[in-house]
Amino acid sequence: MKTRPTSSVKPPASKPPTSKPPTSKPRIPVIRYTLPARLNHSVTAVSFMLLTLSGLAFFHPSLYFLTMLFGGGELARLLHPWIGVVLAVSFAGLFLRFWRDNRWRAEDGAWIGSLRQVLSGHEENLPEIGKYNAGQKFVFWGMAVFVLGLLGSGILIWEQYFGTLTPVDTQRVAVLVHSALAILGILVLVVHIYAAIWVRSTIGAMSKGTVTAGWAWRHHRKWLREEAAKGLRPRT
Amino acid sequence: MATSARPMTIIRSSATASASEPVTFTNEVVKLIDVSKCIGCKACQSACLEWNDRHEEVGVNEGAYQNPHDLTSESWTLMRFAEYDNPQTGEFEWLIRKDGCMHCADPGCLKACPAPGAIVQYANGVVDFDTEKCIGCGYCLKGCPFDIPRISHTEAKAHKCTLCSDRVAVGQGPACAKACPTHAITFGEKDAILAHAETRITDLKSRGYAKAGLYNPEGVGGTHVMYVLHHADQPELYSGLPAHPIVSPLIKIWKGVSRYAGLAAIAGAVVAGLIHHVITGPNRVTDDEEEKARRLLEKRS
Repeated sequence: MKTRPTSSVKPPASKPPTSKPPTSKPRIPVIRYTLPARLNHSVTAVSFMLLTLSGLAFFHPSLYFLTMLFGGGELARLLHPWIGVVLAVSFAGLFLRFWRDNRWRAEDGAWIGSLRQVLSGHEENLPEIGKYNAGQKFVFWGMAVFVLGLLGSGILIWEQYFGTLTPVDTQRVAVLVHSALAILGILVLVVHIYAAIWVRSTIGAMSKGTVTAGWAWRHHRKWLREEAAKGLRPRT
Repeated sequence: MATSARPMTIIRSSATASASEPVTFTNEVVKLIDVSKCIGCKACQSACLEWNDRHEEVGVNEGAYQNPHDLTSESWTLMRFAEYDNPQTGEFEWLIRKDGCMHCADPGCLKACPAPGAIVQYANGVVDFDTEKCIGCGYCLKGCPFDIPRISHTEAKAHKCTLCSDRVAVGQGPACAKACPTHAITFGEKDAILAHAETRITDLKSRGYAKAGLYNPEGVGGTHVMYVLHHADQPELYSGLPAHPIVSPLIKIWKGVSRYAGLAAIAGAVVAGLIHHVITGPNRVTDDEEEKARRLLEKRS
């Protein structure tokens, strides 16, 4: 994203982004995600949630009632693989958008080494981080692997179209792999959502597309410097 | 053909925790298929299609008697024709086995099914599919050690032999047994059928089939469809009848430990997040940081 010309510093919004009382000066919004990227993320997020709900319904009988959200067991069974196709295509879009910024960097090792400080909210002693920290990169690459694996194993157990593609022995492995990868994917999702909630003002990056300059300074200072170096100026 | 017309009590039900454990019951039923008496006439196949109102497509001859070539969502039973050159006797043997649901005491299909009540096991041993509750996912195929259920792609439902549970419920034997002209298929209460099987095995042994025996595999808790085989030591000869069928360990892991471990891990992750949030509090940007960022951006402008 950093090479995209659309990245810029926007004029300040009329309201400060946090609930804290405004300071003397309004906070400077910095564009983090373009509208197409946010829409791409929304489609991915919604399809992942729907897959989680319908998939868990088939995973344990105590959650079978979740099929009612889809109009019953048969419709849930019918829709689940198609939503999976939507997820795979949508995630491929996210992958192409974000993979460059998720390449491993020297500072990522230091970030992992100081995970205890990160988790206690003390990022001040850490090296400056680019657009994504190591935790976000784990989410990105983890999801990439799991979504690919879920797609592959899911196709093998998609009874309607691929039921006779592979022998039943293969399908038994596929169904177990599919469940295991789904659990891992949901765990990554929990981490992803929790991190966005815990690190305040993060959700705005995906809803409005902007973060405050202070947020970028605190969590992704190297990225902020890169954005600033592009000659983008604040208009206050 | 003697069986009592007792109501069929459900003792196990798919995706349901409450299934009452079987109490002592005496009228377990068994269908016995005596392979040595079978002449391969397919009357059982026809009777099955007719009684259950299934409609098989017109088949294609591929140079063998077997038709259709595999079990389908319509053909719940199938005569499988195997040709065997017996190396001990030098004789050619035509081994014809009527394939279909074995009605396992420990049914893998029922274990694998995610839809509550779509697969039930009655106290008399019959394993039955409830089409109304079936969602057509195909999990039963993965659970079955005999590769029996088939999904109809027109109605998206799983089908297999019901052991004519509707006939059994009113004291009749299954349609295939009724139609069999050589009495190769017999049906009745378990004790009587086992006694009958014993006389058949004794007879076969007296006629030179030293390895004749009953196929009632222990790995699935025994079955309610049994075979008398002339080569009971080599069931694979009969078109791949498994010697030691078991519900795959993968299915047991999937439906057992993975459920609890998986849901526990998800719940654990959520709880860990809540605890972390309570301990550390929200990670907020300070005014000082906003100010420093402002200075950085203004310096560049």
